[in-house]
Amino acid sequence: MFIKVNQEKCTGCGTCLSSCPFDAIVIKDDKAFINELCQLCKSCLSVCPEGAISETSEESDSKEKASGKGVWIFAEQRGGVVAGVSLELLGAGSRLAEKLGTDLSAVLLGAGEEEAGELIRWGADRVYHCSDDIVKDFNDEPYAALLSELIKEHKPEIVLAGATPIGRSFLPRVAARLHTGLTADCTSLDIDDETKNLIQVRPAFGGNIMAAILCPYTRPQMATVRPRVMKRGEYAAGRKGEIIKVGAGHIGSRTKLIETLMEACETAVNLQDANVIVAGGRGVGGEKGFQLLFELADALGGSVAASRGAVDEGWIPYRHQVGQTGKTVAPRLYIACGISGAVQHLVGMQSSDIIIAINKNPEAPIFNVATFGIVGDFFEIVPMLIKKIKEAKGE
Amino acid sequence: MDYFLSEEQIMIRDLARQIAEEKIVPVRAELDETGEFPWDIMKTLAQSDLFGLFIPEEYGGLGKGSLELAIAVEELSRACLGVSTSYAANALGTYPILLFGTDEQKKRFLPDIAAGKRLVAFGLTEANAGSDAGGTQTTARLEGNEYVINGTKQWITNGGVAEVYTIVAITDRSKGPRGASAFVVEKGTPGFTFGKKENKMGIRASATTELIFDNCRIPRENLIGKDGAGFLVAMKTLDNSRTGVGSQGVGVAQGAFEEAVKFARQRVQFGHPVITFQAVQHMLADMATSIEASRALVYTVSRFIDSGAKDVSKESAMAKVFATDTAMKVTTDAVQIMGGSGYMKEYPVEKMMRDAKILQIYEGTNQIQRNVIGQALIKEAARNR
Amino acid sequence: MRIVVCIKQVPDTSEVRINPETNTLMRDGVPSIINPYDMHALEAGIQIREKAGGTVTAITMGPPQAEAALREAISMGADKAVLISDRAFAGSDTWATAYVLAKAVSLLGADIVLCGKQAIDGDTAQVGPEMAEFLDIPHVSYIRKIDDVSADRIIVQRLMDDGSDLVESSVPVLLTVVRELNTPRMPSLKGKMAAKKAEIGRLTSSDLNADENNLGLRGSPTQVRNIFAPETKKDRKIIEGSAEEQVNCIVAELAGMKCL
Repeated sequence: MFIKVNQEKCTGCGTCLSSCPFDAIVIKDDKAFINELCQLCKSCLSVCPEGAISETSEESDSKEKASGKGVWIFAEQRGGVVAGVSLELLGAGSRLAEKLGTDLSAVLLGAGEEEAGELIRWGADRVYHCSDDIVKDFNDEPYAALLSELIKEHKPEIVLAGATPIGRSFLPRVAARLHTGLTADCTSLDIDDETKNLIQVRPAFGGNIMAAILCPYTRPQMATVRPRVMKRGEYAAGRKGEIIKVGAGHIGSRTKLIETLMEACETAVNLQDANVIVAGGRGVGGEKGFQLLFELADALGGSVAASRGAVDEGWIPYRHQVGQTGKTVAPRLYIACGISGAVQHLVGMQSSDIIIAINKNPEAPIFNVATFGIVGDFFEIVPMLIKKIKEAKGE
Repeated sequence: MDYFLSEEQIMIRDLARQIAEEKIVPVRAELDETGEFPWDIMKTLAQSDLFGLFIPEEYGGLGKGSLELAIAVEELSRACLGVSTSYAANALGTYPILLFGTDEQKKRFLPDIAAGKRLVAFGLTEANAGSDAGGTQTTARLEGNEYVINGTKQWITNGGVAEVYTIVAITDRSKGPRGASAFVVEKGTPGFTFGKKENKMGIRASATTELIFDNCRIPRENLIGKDGAGFLVAMKTLDNSRTGVGSQGVGVAQGAFEEAVKFARQRVQFGHPVITFQAVQHMLADMATSIEASRALVYTVSRFIDSGAKDVSKESAMAKVFATDTAMKVTTDAVQIMGGSGYMKEYPVEKMMRDAKILQIYEGTNQIQRNVIGQALIKEAARNR
Repeated sequence: MRIVVCIKQVPDTSEVRINPETNTLMRDGVPSIINPYDMHALEAGIQIREKAGGTVTAITMGPPQAEAALREAISMGADKAVLISDRAFAGSDTWATAYVLAKAVSLLGADIVLCGKQAIDGDTAQVGPEMAEFLDIPHVSYIRKIDDVSADRIIVQRLMDDGSDLVESSVPVLLTVVRELNTPRMPSLKGKMAAKKAEIGRLTSSDLNADENNLGLRGSPTQVRNIFAPETKKDRKIIEGSAEEQVNCIVAELAGMKCL
């Protein structure tokens, strides 16, 4: 398949040139040509005012579609506790399974029987559970080996995992081993009514564009999903399901976890579970500004987050970072202080229910997503806000 | 304007500019405030091979000349004179060894200097010997296989942070102008200590201290050049370093000018950006013209020196005096154009103005430069009769 | 040690914008840079060479203009550079890309393979681990510290959400690195001069003996269906007035939301 410019329709207007992220379009003799730099992203198709650009398929394009049945989710655990994202995946997975008329299974490596049971109560019809020592803590090789084996044996059509340091690390090995497609950081998943293919939507170019991805021919279709993007399903205390024990005795590993170095946390609240988040960016100016934010978060019972700019400056540790290269959060309330609203940050927080932005610059892009915006000086507004909140609470 | 720099010269300029913008600009205000020596930046300069620019390849350097050095110093000065002084002073301190040292001395000192592993300082100035080098009182007495040095040097750039010091001391007072000699003294030599770091108006990141010699013994092999050639060594050293100071002037003036333009474009008064007012435009025009003239003069004189010319005193003095007087005027005008804001530490130009002042003073005051030029003119006229 | 660093030339995505009306990417004048995470990988490779000896080879799979990125890598201190380029690679997803890169690494031979955590245009973070699978070597992702490197094993710290894991791996191994690991050095003049003169190695698909069914769009299990601009939120309000009035308004909203 390749992208072609219909030379008769082309007027040489050049509108397509700036749409190409790879500089693959050149104008020669007043006509547009697409050269070998083309990556087939199809950004140019919709741009041409004459409709002169189209994709053409070749015979070798059509392939046989592999088969698969069932929706699977990988349930990650840390310290024996199943992560929140896995429960969200069960929610998403059960919605997909319903559309496909199939069932939902979970793969749990490590943790105990009780956790496996919880997965069923959160929506899984079946749990493949391995509790051997070698998978007690996350380790790429045994995790990749076990999951690949299970997939090869049972042939699901969809496999989902959390886009976490764990999921993003070992799922690619599985996809490579099984020669199938994996889409990272999906923000939405749906089933195409006609083809029954999984439509995987994700941000790219630092969040500047959204891409809808398909894995049309190979199975399983694999995807990782960011925490706080999908909604959990219903919890049913009485729900019944199958727990299938899986052994890992035959699995070896060339990597080994020596120990876990936990970060000493002043605030134990997990950012991704917080209902209220107060976030600071470069505009906060320094550690003193962040002290104000901690005060504000305290007054509202929330957690403090930061944009990459503030973390890079060293004003606050990386674990507070929200955005494309940090965490994704979706609290009820997100207060963005001194954050410009670059797209890489928005990707991490734009599904918050209410966004309040405080920024000196009226042109700051954050105001495009803020429910309420205040153009003002952080050091004037925030201390006043803290004082009035405390007053309103009757302190 | 295109100065037809070679590809390598452009490479040097671009690298120095990258370091200036990424490593120096973000910390210059803090360095000025604390007076801390910019060790991290010196490390970056070392790692990018900039310390070896003017040192011959056989000693680990890049074998480039005055023009390349001027280009690098200009870019660093555009960001901060305190940092560029710390860098350029190494050239000043190394020239005695480079121009007059034996092969053995060059092998001993130059490789580490080229690698930026050891910083250098030049010790000439004393309390009684500023413009009048003849007032030198530090002595170096030959005793068997050692020289014993006594005396105090004043206001020495890189004092305390450098490990290699090239100094001038009197070896035979009766011989007058032929009575001084140049030496290398290394930090850590017993009897060699430093005074406190001076508290200065500008270039505050640069370390300026006294060098105190109290019966400091150095090996005979540390004599640079011939016994009695001290003042000659000093003169030739200064001849070669003047374009460096000139390029410091060009750099700081350029930096201040750019800040003034940036400000004048967005500052609105009487309904218009102030850059639209003729008064401001005329000031900017004069600033730009004198900066370009300074740059052209510094580059041309550098090329002249690099051509191997024998006598460069007049031309290098011209480059120094013109570019540094320009720097003082341009930085002052930049503050003026920025008005009240220019006076505030929030903006970088007041520091540039404070920094620029020293350029008219050190490495030969601009009055001495004019003397040098005057003497040269007289000689030329006498020859041409 | 044979150290291979994988780099990618990417547009500076912090500068790229999409026109929401026409759904097109506006990347006029947006400069091409070495993927920032790959800079940290390069620095790590050079530091390993400084400690343990060996050579650092920078490789990239890309169009001919990616050569500029390789020369930049040499100016930072890489000893050699190889461009893996072929029209047949166009349209590769992460699977096909990792396949090609792994073939190249196999050909060159490596003890340590270093990659940046992710590329700032694709943002998948998949190529590194997929490469390790094809090379049949272990990998550790998100390295924030390298504690020890020797000929038969390494000890590293992997960044997790709540702290880090101390992991030991056998060598050869592939590592993906995060920003915290180091500060990439400035290029050196000697490096820049070497980079200008350097001979960049070239590998095409036939040099790699690559199976053509695994290349380019044909070899990619995933495909782009379409691209569109991200949605912008609808109900937005800028609160006017004095600072006091603005704050009062917010406090009222917070009370209404029962946040107090």
